Amino acid sequence: MNSTEPVIKVEGLTVRYGSDTVLQDVGFEVQPGEIFVIVGGSGCGKSTLLKHVIGIETPAKGSIWINGTDTSALDDVELRTLRMGIGMLFQSSALFGSMTIGENVALPLTEFTDLPMKDIESITRMKLGMVELAGYDNHYPSELSGGMKKRAGIARAMALDPAMLFLDEPSAGLDPVTSAELDVLIKKLNEGTGTTMIIVTHELETIFNISHRIIMLDRNAKGIIAEGDPRILRRDSDDPRVTDFFNRRVTEKKTKG
Amino acid sequence: MPHENSYHIEAAGSGVVTLVLTGRMDLERFGDLTGLIGAIFDAHSPSKLNVDMNGVSYLDSAGALFIVRLEDEARRRSVVFALSGLSREKMGILSLIDRDALTKPSLAPRERRMNVIEHLGVASIAAVRDIYDIMSFTGELMCEIGYSLTHLQKVRWGDVVSYMKKVGVDGLPIVGLISFLLGLIMAFMSSLQLKQFGANIYVASLVAVAMVRELGPIMTAIIVAGRSGSAFAAEIGTMKVNEEVDALTTMGFSPMRFLSIPKVIASLLTVPVLTIFSSIFAIMGGLIVGVLGLNLTIFTYIQQTMKAISVFDIVSGLAKSFVFAAAISAIGCQRGFKARGGAAAVGNATTSAVVTSIFLIIVIDSTFAIILHYV
Repeated sequence: MNSTEPVIKVEGLTVRYGSDTVLQDVGFEVQPGEIFVIVGGSGCGKSTLLKHVIGIETPAKGSIWINGTDTSALDDVELRTLRMGIGMLFQSSALFGSMTIGENVALPLTEFTDLPMKDIESITRMKLGMVELAGYDNHYPSELSGGMKKRAGIARAMALDPAMLFLDEPSAGLDPVTSAELDVLIKKLNEGTGTTMIIVTHELETIFNISHRIIMLDRNAKGIIAEGDPRILRRDSDDPRVTDFFNRRVTEKKTKG
Repeated sequence: MPHENSYHIEAAGSGVVTLVLTGRMDLERFGDLTGLIGAIFDAHSPSKLNVDMNGVSYLDSAGALFIVRLEDEARRRSVVFALSGLSREKMGILSLIDRDALTKPSLAPRERRMNVIEHLGVASIAAVRDIYDIMSFTGELMCEIGYSLTHLQKVRWGDVVSYMKKVGVDGLPIVGLISFLLGLIMAFMSSLQLKQFGANIYVASLVAVAMVRELGPIMTAIIVAGRSGSAFAAEIGTMKVNEEVDALTTMGFSPMRFLSIPKVIASLLTVPVLTIFSSIFAIMGGLIVGVLGLNLTIFTYIQQTMKAISVFDIVSGLAKSFVFAAAISAIGCQRGFKARGGAAAVGNATTSAVVTSIFLIIVIDSTFAIILHYV
């Protein structure tokens, strides 16, 4: 793969639940090392799109290439191998409540590597240090705050040094300060490791603070209505749906609807 | 062209050792690389260690951790350490590693393993607390039942009907099948012995008395505990961990009245009916063996069954099943309300509901056996 080849390429993606079409003919590319943000209002299909890209759900139509591999052509074993190169932070962090934070982070290492326990512990400590949770290895998820859980979730997602990290609403449920701290951490990890970050969010601060490029989804359009640098889109876009979103403006129709 | 994953050590005469690394330095190679640390220092005893990373095509955090460890070891042995060939990207990964974090002690101590005596003590305290919780819950439930009986319009009858369907109608096929097979087995096994004495007819009596007085209520109760008691605990437990129970409380509802009463009423109404069906199915199972294996007529078998069981047997069996129903539904709800934490807590609540219910079923049955002996 050369450096200009996209790490993710989505073409003609259509998602249907029964007779309800959620996404229609969606296509985009993600370049290596960039922070790519999928934005849009609630219910526009952001998380649905993410689940299809990582292969948790199967699209009705369309193709998804990850590192040049068409994921629809892969069997379960190949898909599992591909997923090992992908990290995912879920909206709820999805830490295993019966395990300590250290055990949560160490889990991918114990399952997918043959490293001795001493090395796994050492890597776990390093990962926790990278997300500023040093010393919390023996804590349980229930003993951590929302922001700490998100950071622990990132540490677990990055345990195997994936080339891509998907983050579903990382700021959901966090206060503005914690949310901003998380943005700084995501940016720091992206710059330090070169990991491609694909983030789903509707938080304007996150969008403007850390994204290199965005795509904006719209519920009525069932697809992408804008793509590019959010700072330029906010300044130059003449699409009222885009400007309304960036300026937190509520149209009369929306207030009535 | 990418370099092959390899390394070599160049030792100059003056104690200067150079480690030349090439290819990928990633998690896959981490185990091999860490083995190098001891080899370099023990075999070459360097006064200065140069690490040449010009040939490294890829460095991830595990590779960076190896470099940090190598540097720490050099510092510990007072060896001069120098890195070369670091690109901006590699520097970026190295800068992410918080060296203090690698040695920082855990803020929470690792849980100490308890010895047998401590386990026994903890288990005893938990058992006493559990009895206290069950009694306290039972008291509260009685008050709510009392309230519901005096305010019938406040009972959520829609929910009661729904739970009656789940406990009764949906449970009937499995209760029926198990009871039928139980009757069949009991009749077959007993016929092997009774045949020797020409007492075939008493197979009907044995199946009828055993099922109506003992096994019918017990088997039904155990199946209901496994199907519905666990479902009650899982449902309320999930609501508890999702803060839905707290939402009910803050909205001014009594979670006990809202969630438990419909389940308890539905169980009280359906379990005795299921018990009757259980006995009927078991008698039918026995009848098959009696007719096909013992040459009894259907009429003779049924007549003997009717002769064997009394109204007292039926009433005592139903009374038992009524108490079983109360115990199963109450324990299911109580375990659900006790759930704290996440998914594991719901699982524990469900398991505990089933185990405790079965234990209580046996205790209640024993109590009935003693009481009925003196009645």
